[in-house]
Amino acid sequence: MSDLLAARSQMAMSLAFHIVFAEIGIAMPVMMVLAEWRWRRTGDAVYLQLAKRWAKGTAMLFAVGAVSGTVLSFELGLLWPRFMELAGPVIGMPFSLEGFAFFTEAIFLGLYLYGWERISPRAHMVAGVIVAVSGAASAVFVVMVNAWMNTPTGITVLGGRIVAVDPIAGMLNPSSFQQALHMLIAAYAATGLAVAGIHALVILRGATAPLHRHALAIALCVGAPAALLQPLSGDLSARSIAKLQPVKLAALEGQFDTERGAPLRIGGWPDTDARVTRYAIEIPRALSLLAFHDPGAEVRGLSSFPRDEWPPVPIVHLGFQVMVGLGTAMALASAWVVISVLRRRVIAEHRPLLTALAIVAPFGFIATEAGWIVTEVGRQPWVVQGVLRTATAVTPMPGLVVPFVVFTLLYLALAAIVVSMMASLVRETT
Amino acid sequence: MNDFIASIDRPEIVAGIMILALNAYALMGGADFGGGVWDLLASGPRRERQRELISGTIAPIWEANHVWLIVVVVMLFTAFPAAYGVLSVVLHVPLSLMLVGIVLRGSAFVFRSYGSRTREDRRRWGLAFAIASTITPLLLGDIVGALSSGGVADAARRVGRGAFVEVFVSPWLAPFPLAVGALALALFSFLAAVYLTVAAQDDEVREDFRRRALASAVAVFVTAGIALLLARGEASRVGIGLTAGRLAVAVQVATGVAAVVAIGALWRRRYPLARLAAGAQVSFILWGWALAQYPYLIPPTLAIRDAAAPAATLELLLWALAGGAVILIPALVYLFRTFNAPVRRAL
Repeated sequence: MSDLLAARSQMAMSLAFHIVFAEIGIAMPVMMVLAEWRWRRTGDAVYLQLAKRWAKGTAMLFAVGAVSGTVLSFELGLLWPRFMELAGPVIGMPFSLEGFAFFTEAIFLGLYLYGWERISPRAHMVAGVIVAVSGAASAVFVVMVNAWMNTPTGITVLGGRIVAVDPIAGMLNPSSFQQALHMLIAAYAATGLAVAGIHALVILRGATAPLHRHALAIALCVGAPAALLQPLSGDLSARSIAKLQPVKLAALEGQFDTERGAPLRIGGWPDTDARVTRYAIEIPRALSLLAFHDPGAEVRGLSSFPRDEWPPVPIVHLGFQVMVGLGTAMALASAWVVISVLRRRVIAEHRPLLTALAIVAPFGFIATEAGWIVTEVGRQPWVVQGVLRTATAVTPMPGLVVPFVVFTLLYLALAAIVVSMMASLVRETT
Repeated sequence: MNDFIASIDRPEIVAGIMILALNAYALMGGADFGGGVWDLLASGPRRERQRELISGTIAPIWEANHVWLIVVVVMLFTAFPAAYGVLSVVLHVPLSLMLVGIVLRGSAFVFRSYGSRTREDRRRWGLAFAIASTITPLLLGDIVGALSSGGVADAARRVGRGAFVEVFVSPWLAPFPLAVGALALALFSFLAAVYLTVAAQDDEVREDFRRRALASAVAVFVTAGIALLLARGEASRVGIGLTAGRLAVAVQVATGVAAVVAIGALWRRRYPLARLAAGAQVSFILWGWALAQYPYLIPPTLAIRDAAAPAATLELLLWALAGGAVILIPALVYLFRTFNAPVRRAL
């Protein structure tokens, strides 16, 4: 394994690990506060039990998210020192704001978790709301950094060095809004439907405790609207990529030739040597329609870019297919939920729907991972699009396979422990 | 003194705030690590009560305390990207090891609090938490020691040319950095023991921590002495800086006074005063180090000014810090006051 590949693998693995905890850290506080709010409104002690149960889960997952996020803030330099030397003055701004948001989140999470008997009911609820809001704000600021890597603005580069910076312009780069929106909705959809699916499964297995029904209802309130909105946000992102990162669009669609009225390819495998995507279902003109809202629009193909500026096409194409496929399944399941609610059916007794929810439970997190592969691998060979190549940014330290293996083993162990602890937390009430 | 004041501009102000954040991390996050050390060293008939006090005290606040480290890192790469680059290349190994410690400490602590059903589970996670809490400060101090010894600057010049051990190991696996690591461990343990004398609800446990505080004060004295002796040889720049100059002497004297007051207050069981003095002592040591390094971030080659980001970044960062402080300081005060006060109402 080359040092560059080891560094890329370590970064990818660290992000893949952290993002799951980050998503949960964004969405769980919303559900936890909703449960507490229902308890304060209805006096139903089951909601209190639920709020405390969720708070316990949040505490554990937030802590793992916080430490793995700390690792990332160091890894940026440990693995990509040239990137940070160049980009630090620009992306430091959103990172600083993220730091403050994270600080606020940690302070008020402490108050929420341990303050049930120490602060007034109103203060306790407000603390929970602040946790939820600052968690979302953290995500927005961090994603702004990634958006800048895709579409860098606010810098003047001369001979490989940044000579002038405008950090505000960097933050408000043209991808920030679409990417932050997409990530935020993903967090609510993935976490909400995962929690709903777990409780659906428990109910299917015969559990009758009202806690599961309450949990299912609240989780669906958070997850289903998000899953229904996500395709719209995805459309915004895709159109922005079509305009700003045409090579990424070509890779994720497996589009090798520049053509007018390009078809949408579902599935298939891009053959980069023959420069053709095989075995795909092609919907005529649909790509032009989706990417530019015009069925006759011209879509640039990979062949119009130098070969050494192509990302690894098959991985990006596959990642995109997985993300869109799973996202669509989540949206369909959510639509079914909405229809059932409108028809006044009791979801907790609707076995086919419960089964569908149990099946889509892991989809959101898998789709998130696939989505990050699309945006990160799709930007290769650049770490900052058009400005700095990944191979130039890597640390000169040799033997990078060692830290990669160490952190991978550490994270695998942590993941196994967290999963088993969460499972027993859910089992406590069956 | 006048030259010193005249030399201060935006980069120096940002660097000063960074040291302030590091100071906050030492006083708060550092003491949490120290708590882990006392968990590891819990002994005697009240061993379990000692552990309960430690975990009860740090549980609501440790995550907020931990964020100070992130503030320091983010400030470093925003305002001084060149220094961040050099540090993360040369000190890759100890930084990675410290991260492993940070991950294990935090995870093991929450696993013990929330995920353990049996006594055996609790014991195992408690042990992991305590060991990680002991190793992490050693590495943190070691990194600071390597930086101020000049070894980092030296190795940075040889990246790509020198042998692996020479560039990536020798700067931090040397007597002076290790002595600073031991000093950091002693200081954090001392802080934690002093804080716990204030937090303790029963007199027996309070006495336990008073004895521990006094013992760790001796450990601070010994490790600081060793580090200073070694500094004269290895870290010659810091060695000179620590004893020369009027400001440096003043900080030295203040450190000594704070140490004497802390020990005297512990002896006479005046715990809140001891807490104040111990905090002051640790802060003075940190600022003494910072002044000794001044004007260098990476002595003896990279000065604060030369490592600084463009003025536009520094200006915005200062505004962001001011805005952040307005929100964070009241929130932190609220957090600490809430958990220092006795329980107000039963649910």
